[in-house]
Amino acid sequence: MAGVIGKLYQNVFRRTSSFVLAAIFGAFMFERGFDMVSDGVFENINQGKLWKHIKHSYGQQEEGGDEEEE
Amino acid sequence: MATVGRVSRGATTFLKVSPSAVSLQSVANVSTLKNGLNGKKTFLGLLGVVGGGAAGLAFALNESVKASDLTLHTSNFPWSHNGYFSSLDHASIRRGYEVYKNVCAACHSMKYIAFRNLIGVSHTESEAKAEAEAIQVKDGPDEEGNMFERPGKLSDYFPNPYTNDEAARSANNGALPPDLSYITSARHGGENYIFSLLTGYCDPPAGVQVREGLYYNPYFPGGAIGMAQALYNEVMEYSDGTPATSSQMAKDVATFLKWASEPEHDQRKRMALKALMMFSLLFAITYYIKRHKWSVLKSRKIAYKPVK
Repeated sequence: MAGVIGKLYQNVFRRTSSFVLAAIFGAFMFERGFDMVSDGVFENINQGKLWKHIKHSYGQQEEGGDEEEE
Repeated sequence: MATVGRVSRGATTFLKVSPSAVSLQSVANVSTLKNGLNGKKTFLGLLGVVGGGAAGLAFALNESVKASDLTLHTSNFPWSHNGYFSSLDHASIRRGYEVYKNVCAACHSMKYIAFRNLIGVSHTESEAKAEAEAIQVKDGPDEEGNMFERPGKLSDYFPNPYTNDEAARSANNGALPPDLSYITSARHGGENYIFSLLTGYCDPPAGVQVREGLYYNPYFPGGAIGMAQALYNEVMEYSDGTPATSSQMAKDVATFLKWASEPEHDQRKRMALKALMMFSLLFAITYYIKRHKWSVLKSRKIAYKPVK
């Protein structure tokens, strides 16, 4: 464990340039992960009630048109 | 200080107190801040008690005034969107739109809701387009300056059944059917009130006279409402095959109107969940760092050693 942290420090956190990059990249990944988890929790709580869960039963006429709507 | 030093050695050792202690003690002796604060506190406390009492009295009087009218208050129904993180039931919104279109829209406008608002909530884009094209919208002027009728577009708002409020009044015995866009936010009890009102029609109790052209509804303030009972069992058919009982229709249309009043409802609850998760994470980190930083201060020992 200490070896991993030491390597991380030597290669990433020691230089300001790579530290900033790591912070930006980390924020990006954290945001993605956090949104995935929280949206998953919300959709699990409301299973079967959201438009996302019922739209497949209505959209027979067109299949290609409205894929990206939320 | 030099003279004091010259008087005696013992005296200097006695007088040698740490400078910070001296200043603290002298502040405590000289300052009148503490007394001033005490008086202020008492005053504020008194103010709080008097103000609270007055507010309580005003509230009680207001409540007693409310209790004097003969309006039946609605009960709280177990809506599926009642929970802190519970979204609206979108299948119900879709059925509620059908109820609005087939029943309510004959008299009530919804002038702040456009067909495009249905997309992604209760209808797909092509379905919403089809809904919009079913109405005729007055547009213009064209090149010759004439107004013309055209099929509706997604950006058009729901059609108004009357050309203006006066026309609506004269067609309804002088009673204006309210616009339903924000009706659940505009009425005490919200969707509970809508449901109770729609299902609450009954014969007036003995002694209550209802004027010609009005109907009795205990949930309506005053009891006499200009709207006749609109929802009867099987007054329409749902496209998804749900049995159209009057309570089912009332529930669906109340959900639809709840969505119309608060279209941000689902997003709000989603953000509440995210905010709580994020802030509990930040709180845990902050608490850990506080404990970490304070551990040195909390576990240190300060010893006062007299100088020999």
